[in-house]
Amino acid sequence: MPFQPGCRRLMLQIDILLSALANGLMTGAVYALIALGLTLVYGVLHVINFAHGATLTAAMFAVWAAHDGLGIDPYVAILILTPLFFALGYALQRFVIGPASHGSDSNILLVTLGLSIVIENALLAAFRSDTRSIDVPYGFSVIELGNLFLPLPKVIAFFASFLVAALLWGLMAHTDIGKAIRAVSREKTGAALSGIPVEHVYAVTFGLGAACLAVAACLLMPTFLVNPRVGNAFVLVAFTIVVLGGMGSVPGALIGGLIIGVVESLSGLYFGESLGQIGIFLIFILVLLVRPAGLFGARA
Amino acid sequence: MTAPLLVVEDLTKRFGGLTAVDRAALTVRAGTIAGLIGPNGAGKTTLFAMISGFETPTSGAVRFEGRDVTALPAHQRTAAGIARTFQIVQPFAGLSVRENIAVGAYLRRAGRTEALAHADAVGRAVGLGPQLDRPAGEMTVAGRKRLELARALATDPKLLLLDEVLAGLNPSEIRDMIPVIRRIREGGVTILIVEHVMQAVMSLCDEVHVLAQGRMIASGPPLAVARDPAVMEAYLGHGAAARIAASARNPGAPDHA
Amino acid sequence: MTGSARLPILIAVIVLALLPLGATSNTLLNFMTFALIVALAAQGWNLLGGYGGQFSFGHAAFFGTGAYAMGLLQVRFGLNPWAAMPVAMLLGAAVGWAIGFLAFRARLRGAYFALVTLAFAEVFRILANAWAFTGAAAGLLVPLKLQAANMQFEDKRLFYWLVLAFVAGALVLTAELARSRFGARLVALRENEDAARALGVDTLRVKLAAITLSAGVTAAAGGLYAQKSLYLDAAIAYGPWISVDALLAPIVGGLGTVFGPLIGALALLGLGELSKMALGNLFGGAVPGIDLIVFGILLILAVAFAPRGLLGLFDRLIRRPRPAEGGEATP
Repeated sequence: MPFQPGCRRLMLQIDILLSALANGLMTGAVYALIALGLTLVYGVLHVINFAHGATLTAAMFAVWAAHDGLGIDPYVAILILTPLFFALGYALQRFVIGPASHGSDSNILLVTLGLSIVIENALLAAFRSDTRSIDVPYGFSVIELGNLFLPLPKVIAFFASFLVAALLWGLMAHTDIGKAIRAVSREKTGAALSGIPVEHVYAVTFGLGAACLAVAACLLMPTFLVNPRVGNAFVLVAFTIVVLGGMGSVPGALIGGLIIGVVESLSGLYFGESLGQIGIFLIFILVLLVRPAGLFGARA
Repeated sequence: MTAPLLVVEDLTKRFGGLTAVDRAALTVRAGTIAGLIGPNGAGKTTLFAMISGFETPTSGAVRFEGRDVTALPAHQRTAAGIARTFQIVQPFAGLSVRENIAVGAYLRRAGRTEALAHADAVGRAVGLGPQLDRPAGEMTVAGRKRLELARALATDPKLLLLDEVLAGLNPSEIRDMIPVIRRIREGGVTILIVEHVMQAVMSLCDEVHVLAQGRMIASGPPLAVARDPAVMEAYLGHGAAARIAASARNPGAPDHA
Repeated sequence: MTGSARLPILIAVIVLALLPLGATSNTLLNFMTFALIVALAAQGWNLLGGYGGQFSFGHAAFFGTGAYAMGLLQVRFGLNPWAAMPVAMLLGAAVGWAIGFLAFRARLRGAYFALVTLAFAEVFRILANAWAFTGAAAGLLVPLKLQAANMQFEDKRLFYWLVLAFVAGALVLTAELARSRFGARLVALRENEDAARALGVDTLRVKLAAITLSAGVTAAAGGLYAQKSLYLDAAIAYGPWISVDALLAPIVGGLGTVFGPLIGALALLGLGELSKMALGNLFGGAVPGIDLIVFGILLILAVAFAPRGLLGLFDRLIRRPRPAEGGEATP
């Protein structure tokens, strides 16, 4: 039977491909959550928060510290870290980024770059460059789905990410602050004239972005490693997703996140670890170069 | 009658479903001052942008000195001799008034000395002499308008497109500006102005073109155009011309609506 | 804009040239050589970012190209470093032109231009880290051969003076450029691109020329760095550190000024060394990243309080206070 081994190899390849695909989708959901925070800030302030990646790193270290020092399970930590990072994001925008930027977009870019350098290197000074991870009892639990073995923490992350996105959508659609945010994002001057406190709304938006990161960090840590530079990888991934999905678009961020998760997983499969990352950057560059006008709307 | 310098043929611009300019045509003869007027949202700015190369028309053509320039990008039209000013004036804040004007002067002069000398001359001609060394960011609105004019003029244009160069000025500043524009024409530059200040249009222009809802509804000498019923309708609303005509026949009614 | 800067340049270069004659400390000489290399990279950045207003977050792409070209041309092709240097600058300039061509034709500006340059630098870093030709993760060693003909000097002061000569060249280039038609057009498009186009400025061409020149100068810094350390890896050559330093120095020193990058680089790196020493003593050992924390804070402070950099502050202190122009107001 000369065809037998070839056929089995093909089956095996399909299994590997499917599991890479599933893995990509699950990681992609968390990417989407990270991108959600970024796209939210872009949608309202029309600027890029360059400190997004460093804030994520800080959140991941917070999860690690909560687990390692206080024995708090990462999923429980969501309840503590989310409000904490909301407050942090709020304060950063209200008291640092806003006042230091004098309302200029390129200044915001530079100030958030400065913040990312400070945060990243403060973490480096505090935790050194070692890579850390946490051990949770369910860390290696899997869910069997036919021939696929899906890691439980990733499945949880997948569904939790969509839950958070839904909550955020509900907040934007049905609450007063959500309406205020949408009003400011559409017409800042008009919103200010009708009595909406624009600075407060900006700060809340930054807070929500940081809160998304806290949740993402809690969902990531059971399966990911953290070191002071880990945010760099995530931030470009998040930028790619946001650019791909359309700046300021929430559904765009979700779909973009899933696409990028899959692309990363597949290019890791075919190009190996060291070159795998390159796929993301190339997509990022291509998207920016080929469809910039369509992606940026009026404010290019 | 002099030769036409600028000929706009059936220019159309659509943004999605909206037709901003609809087969607009106009001719500007060399050595004249032509006006482009119309109610807000008539498409004047879009038409202006297409003539200067900042917007690409959906269809139609722009001819300058008999040559089709429709496909030329903005900077090449300036090189061909079409200069424009902007309604919202934004001086190059990092440069002095003289250096601002020199950016225009550099178009036909590579050397710094010649460009600065030309900038000086143009600056004085528009009344900016005392302010040449000041940082451009510190100027008043009236000063900025003159700077905007000087920068465009420094490119040695044959045709100067002025976009609401009088908007935002007070009556005495407008009175000061009008002779400046006249002198530019006397210097051999043909001018097309978009203007809201009617009094200025009436006193400056040899010919006026009226755009309403993207269409060219009237062209001719200022007084004739002002009496055109279609123009009155466009400005004052449907039925306005009939009402005015009626009130004119009716003794005792005021002359002007 | 500065008027004739020839005399200040001459004075600055003479002072810097005399420095190693007085101070013989090897540490100081090493520091100064490194600081001048960073200043050179920053002078490159300043041409595009300071004068042209196009903020690149990825000048590592040019620095690294210059560095790897310098190393590889010697190691793989046996070229003499004096001949390799201009080639390295040309290659860096070519990379700058290519990135500029893609990015500016796509009309990327502001944050998008910053991000796309960053992404290019990262792509180069990953490639250099994976490709055997560039030495992959192990890096690239340039053999030690202490001969002047080999651009390696017994007396380290000679190399310092060589770097200084490049810095002096970049200062003169910047000063000349600032007074030229090209410089005026570059500043014009920084301030208002549409207004510049209306005055006949081919903005794409001017931006392309600026990024090409900028990349060439920064590539020279990379080449000098390679020759100074005789070792390269991807994280050094294409690492984000140089992108940040090259951008930070002009912002701290004075954006779009002739001396801004030099003053900024010396101030920045000096302060970084001092804080490393001070905090190292405090904690009884080196604290990684402490200098970068200081850099980040300085960047925020400079944007918040000194939009015209140290030179602007200095101006305000010694001269009649000028009415504040505010940041760059975006309409």
